[in-house]
Amino acid sequence: MSRTPLDTVEHAAATPDVELPWAELGLKKDEYERVVEILGRRPTGAELAMYSVMWSEHCSYKSSKVHLRQFGEKAPQSDALLVGIGENAGVVDVGQGYAVTFKVESHNHPSYVEPYQGAATGVGGIVRDIIAMGARPVAVVDPLRFGAADHPDTKRVLPGVVAGIGGYGNCLGLPNIGGEVVFDACYQGNPLVNAGAIGVMRHEDIHLAKASGTGNKVILYGARTGGDGIGGASILASETFDDAKPSKRPAVQVGDPFQEKLLIECTLEAFAEKLVVGIQDLGAAGLSCATSELASNGSGGMRVTLDDVPLRDSTLSPEEILMSESQERMCAVVEPEKVDRFLEICDKWDVIATVIGEVTDGDRLEIFWHGGKIVDVDPRTVAHDGPVYERPYARPEWQDALQADDAGKLPRPATGDELKDQVLRLVSSPNQASKSWITSQYDHFVQGNTVLAQPEDSGMIRIDEESGLGVAIATDGNGRYAKLDPYTGAQLALAEAYRNVATTGAKPLAVSDCLNFGSPEDPAVMWQFAEAIRGLADACQQLGTPVTGGNVSLYNQTGEAAIHPTPVVAVLGVIDDVARRTPVAFQEEGQLLYLLGDTLEEFGGSAWSQVVHDHLGGLPPKVDLERERLLAEILISASRDGMIDSAHDLSDGGLVQAVVESALLGGKGARLVVPDGLDAFTFLFSESAGRAVVAVPRSEELRFNDMCGARGLPVTRIGVVDGDAVDVQGEFALSLDELRTAHEGTIPALLA
Amino acid sequence: MTARIGVVTFPGSLDDRDTQRAIRLAGAEPVALWHKDKDLKQVDAVVLPGGFSYGDYLRAGAISRFSPVMGTVIEQAKSGMPVLGICNGFQVLTEAHLLPGAMLGNNHLHFICRDQKLRVENTDTAWTADYTAGQEIHVPLKNMDGRYVADEHTLDMLEAEGRVVFRYLDFNPNGSLRDIAGITNEAGNVVGLMPHPEHAVEPLVGTGRTDGLPFFTSILKKLVNA
Repeated sequence: MSRTPLDTVEHAAATPDVELPWAELGLKKDEYERVVEILGRRPTGAELAMYSVMWSEHCSYKSSKVHLRQFGEKAPQSDALLVGIGENAGVVDVGQGYAVTFKVESHNHPSYVEPYQGAATGVGGIVRDIIAMGARPVAVVDPLRFGAADHPDTKRVLPGVVAGIGGYGNCLGLPNIGGEVVFDACYQGNPLVNAGAIGVMRHEDIHLAKASGTGNKVILYGARTGGDGIGGASILASETFDDAKPSKRPAVQVGDPFQEKLLIECTLEAFAEKLVVGIQDLGAAGLSCATSELASNGSGGMRVTLDDVPLRDSTLSPEEILMSESQERMCAVVEPEKVDRFLEICDKWDVIATVIGEVTDGDRLEIFWHGGKIVDVDPRTVAHDGPVYERPYARPEWQDALQADDAGKLPRPATGDELKDQVLRLVSSPNQASKSWITSQYDHFVQGNTVLAQPEDSGMIRIDEESGLGVAIATDGNGRYAKLDPYTGAQLALAEAYRNVATTGAKPLAVSDCLNFGSPEDPAVMWQFAEAIRGLADACQQLGTPVTGGNVSLYNQTGEAAIHPTPVVAVLGVIDDVARRTPVAFQEEGQLLYLLGDTLEEFGGSAWSQVVHDHLGGLPPKVDLERERLLAEILISASRDGMIDSAHDLSDGGLVQAVVESALLGGKGARLVVPDGLDAFTFLFSESAGRAVVAVPRSEELRFNDMCGARGLPVTRIGVVDGDAVDVQGEFALSLDELRTAHEGTIPALLA
Repeated sequence: MTARIGVVTFPGSLDDRDTQRAIRLAGAEPVALWHKDKDLKQVDAVVLPGGFSYGDYLRAGAISRFSPVMGTVIEQAKSGMPVLGICNGFQVLTEAHLLPGAMLGNNHLHFICRDQKLRVENTDTAWTADYTAGQEIHVPLKNMDGRYVADEHTLDMLEAEGRVVFRYLDFNPNGSLRDIAGITNEAGNVVGLMPHPEHAVEPLVGTGRTDGLPFFTSILKKLVNA
């Protein structure tokens, strides 16, 4: 795009009729006209580059903004929230002077185009968001969705994604403690690679992305800027894939985790010496984003000399430098007298750092190149005043028929042998099978604070060695439920993550979400999106867990086929003493198994309906948030007071899936009795929400029952930890060996 | 009195703080060493921790081996100072020729993280005296390039001289020849292994075992009694 003469502001004003490639850069006609209106002239090439990336769907949330507002409007009162939506990541008070920041983001589109680098840079991006808040990253989680497990392309995408997450995260020294892996044909051309990270800091160390103080220096540090990832946000993440267009591979960034590890250490050292006024990471939209956001959040303007940006490729044009999404870069605002020390720390870590500009007393963002002014804008118009769309939405006409196709009418197993056969099929199905082939490619142990990691219900990290203070995180989302009813599906995602955190003994505090949907230009998808947000915002309000931030990923569709609406919800919890955590695995023979909550005939969207009947229809399980809250309180109390030795939440796959997992992890079987009033099939396979199975030592039986009775939580004794089989009395028994072979063999057979 | 044990931080070291914690839990004093400093700050022993020093670019451990701190470590190791290399540290020790053989990529080509069963085969080294000969322990393993190789002659020599310190049991996680997980030099002061004893020192975190703690109590006793 470089042209002669240099397209300066002056030149642009003098040549109003020059045609610019706004359409190629992803801007719509009316959006371009709005830019011209804001500037009072045509934009320069550099300005156009900035507006096009910053006004992309990915960066501007233009289709989702009107709905996302509900997270703020319905936000529950929470003393825990220190920094809310709008910053790089939300920050939560976890007590003892500690603050925790966490966030989930998507890197879906790049991971389909180039699985390894797409997934790797997804980890890199979320980790930089955490550092930018002033925190040391302490763990990552990765909720993943792939196409059918036996589809040939899954064998291309999944191993690449997993190796990319491992290759990057392992090299950063971050334990991978949670996440999910789900297969469904709807994700065939649109895998979902969401990445979450947690960071810990002291309250006083919270940093924000703003440039203040006239004369303060703007320092770009980290990797040199190259031609990779140009237009990543605008072209890749904001458009539907189309077979007819050329490969988008050049728009995917390439990651260097070693550089990022140095960036972490050098940034934290600079924070520790109080050298940083404001900070922003360079992710989507690169320098365009960092400079415009820093400037618009601060009190003054900013002047940047683009010639000073260290380049990997000296032929890059100024527009390309502004749009480049080269990884492992950050931008700090530093007082002039502290610049030398800042540069010294960067040098210690062999990190390239360059002063590229300064904060000015005006309110303009001005960028210079070869002596000419190529950008002169109000940074707010770039960073915050992007277009806002009220996209039309409508309940799809097929929704009624889908909901009417009740899974309750599907043929059920009639005999013990049929039950046994279907249990084996369930626990060996790709979605229910052990994912250890995948998770063993991630480091769980590094940093030495991992208390729980997958396949536990939530990942748990100790944050204070003396007091035992810890945090837990769980991510959940069931696209099948959300397809049947997006409002309820989103609430079920929150309920499950909330429950998973409580099951391990931690108190749920706050929420981050990654909302993965199809094209917002399709009214049916937009309806799913609107409903899911409404559901999630309502549920967060009721459970008292505010949404602290997150990410929206739209255009997850190929041609007409959109993915299932897939809101992935992360819940962060706190536990006063990690020694009180509750694991999934059965601990001791003879302990009594109790089912907490009510079991109804709920099979819509269930794993059973998928595995046995390849069916999706009816309604998802009902949500009772007050019940979820009560269940959580009981689980947390029971864990704190030592009344339970293991616990497992019930979700996809129902009770039998949970019991099999606890048995295999503990190497101890269970004898189960079908309770009065339930048939064996419903008992084993129902996916009613608000339930968990706990193992209670006999000495605690009375106390535990009294507590549940006094608080009004239904509790049913269903059996005992015993033997080397899962034995459903009067129906069937499956040996642990047989279950282990079924449960652990599937994924390696498909992918190894 | 206690012992001062240095832990080197290379760019890309990951388990340096964890190793310092393990040293502290064993009752010794951890001392942070920086790769650009030749000065070992009068430590009595040195641990080269795990991680991906220099990103493992070129070859694991190949660049770190030439860092200023390694010049001093190599010199001191040759005159008897105890040195332990864990994972990436083991790779650095082989690159530095303080230990024979080399490490290649895992035979299955994946990173692997698991609770690994090992047998302690040599309790005469500076780092293993607190184990009993033949003791079976579980220590976390996590690596990409953990396949120990050496020529037949070297392997036979290591076996004959009792210098195989740890062997993988039940499952060889990376294709290491003769199931070798860790070895020592002739003098027994330099030990390298792929598994991570510093992640098995507290019952609450990691795999919930403390089978790695004797590494650090062994060296402490040796130094204090010296």
